Amino acid sequence: MKLIIAIIKPDRLEAVKEELYKSDVNLMTVNEVLGHGRQMGVTEVYRGAKEMGNLLRKIRLEIAVNETFVEKTINAIIKGAQTGEVGDGKIFVLDLAECIRIRTEERGSGAIG
Amino acid sequence: MLIATALVMLMTPGLAFFYGGMVGRKNVLTILIQCFILLSIISIQWVLYGYSLAFGPGKGFWGGFDWIGLTGVGLEPFKDYSATIPHQLFMVYQMMFAVITPALIIGAFAERMKFSAFVIIMILWATFVYDPVCHWVWGVGGWLREMGALDFAGGTVVHINAGIAALLTAILIKRRKGFDHKAILPHNLPFTVLGTALLWFGWFGFNAGSALAANGLAVNAFVVTNTAAAAAGLTWALIDWIFNDKPTMLGTATGAVAGLVAITPAAGFVSALSAIAIGVCVSIFCFIAVSWIKPKFGYDDALDVFGVHCVGGIWGALATGLFASKAINPDGANGLFFGNPKQFLIQLLAVLVTVLYSLVVTYIIYKLVDMVIKVRVPERDENLGLDLTQHHENAYTVIE
Repeated sequence: MKLIIAIIKPDRLEAVKEELYKSDVNLMTVNEVLGHGRQMGVTEVYRGAKEMGNLLRKIRLEIAVNETFVEKTINAIIKGAQTGEVGDGKIFVLDLAECIRIRTEERGSGAIG
Repeated sequence: MLIATALVMLMTPGLAFFYGGMVGRKNVLTILIQCFILLSIISIQWVLYGYSLAFGPGKGFWGGFDWIGLTGVGLEPFKDYSATIPHQLFMVYQMMFAVITPALIIGAFAERMKFSAFVIIMILWATFVYDPVCHWVWGVGGWLREMGALDFAGGTVVHINAGIAALLTAILIKRRKGFDHKAILPHNLPFTVLGTALLWFGWFGFNAGSALAANGLAVNAFVVTNTAAAAAGLTWALIDWIFNDKPTMLGTATGAVAGLVAITPAAGFVSALSAIAIGVCVSIFCFIAVSWIKPKFGYDDALDVFGVHCVGGIWGALATGLFASKAINPDGANGLFFGNPKQFLIQLLAVLVTVLYSLVVTYIIYKLVDMVIKVRVPERDENLGLDLTQHHENAYTVIE
């Protein structure tokens, strides 16, 4: 089992979701987060007071998958989120120790999908 | 009249919230500043030369330059417009109409126009579209006025004029990115409802104030304005319920605004019962325009300026030609249903002339500005949102 965390641009979320559904990945947690990578944010000014290098809005997706779905999920995220511009984001893949479905108390791979 | 003027002034900020709630979170400040900057720019333009062009006692095309910088526009009444209120009061009342008309167009090109281009387009539009059309319909010597076209408070001058310019601008600037993907969702509907409430409230000044006196005619306009808004809001909610399974807040608010638009040209000429008919029909027509015609043709009139204001305005102008009655206003005319089919044809001509003129001049203005400075923002700016890229501000914080 793996936990896939992806940081993407907010306007790519719809496209990523679409690609995930096409790959039969229907479970995800979505968060709105702030951050920036190499690209700095945009300056903001309030009554002349400058805020430099502000953090940009990003979307963080978390998807828990079984091994057979790891590559499919990664490819779907790339397909939906890639624009070729700086700031397209990152995908992190982590080992997942355990997964429990609360309703039935099932554990492990069966509880994921 | 001072209070009516203040009521109409409040409509532009009301419109800002009405539109602001319907755009994405990253573009709300852009809508607000566009409305507020117009309040500033057109106020100055009107004092400097706009009032003269629109209402100067000129002949034909526009009012000329006699009243530049309010020369000769004093505190005594100017009898051709109103024998009872100071000339400057009439001027400042009309100013608020000149402010809100270009502001209506903002909804069509929302989320993708460069601010600098916006400012230039609007100054040109106010000067070459609003001022002449206003002169034709309301000015002394205006040719549509001479012909007997009825427009009590601005169905033609304000709503059709802005609504058709909105459709054209939406087509020229092209669709928003991601528009094909899915409908772009309103970020704050309570804002939209607040805006609707302010618009409804301000509209009493718009329509009842157009009587230019606190008299029976003003009362009639006040009553039919409220009646049409109520009938249209209710009708839209019912249509939603029938066709979309549930009555919606956005639908009810949209219907109310459509009703206010439709009754605008008719407010001084029709009865309360006619107002109900006008209100019920406008929601049906506008609903068809926004939920059927727009998707069919695929233009991205972001906040349905054409679908609500132009379609509603055209229906209102034509309905005036149907329902107008001398029993309500002896200085008006009878419409088709009261034995005068000619009035309907005059109304139709006024609509067609306004649509054609506004289309042609708006097209020229847009193309000129687009040649000199691109009208549309670059794609990266559109993705980040116009608040950040055009104004270096954020409406909402995620982290304190």
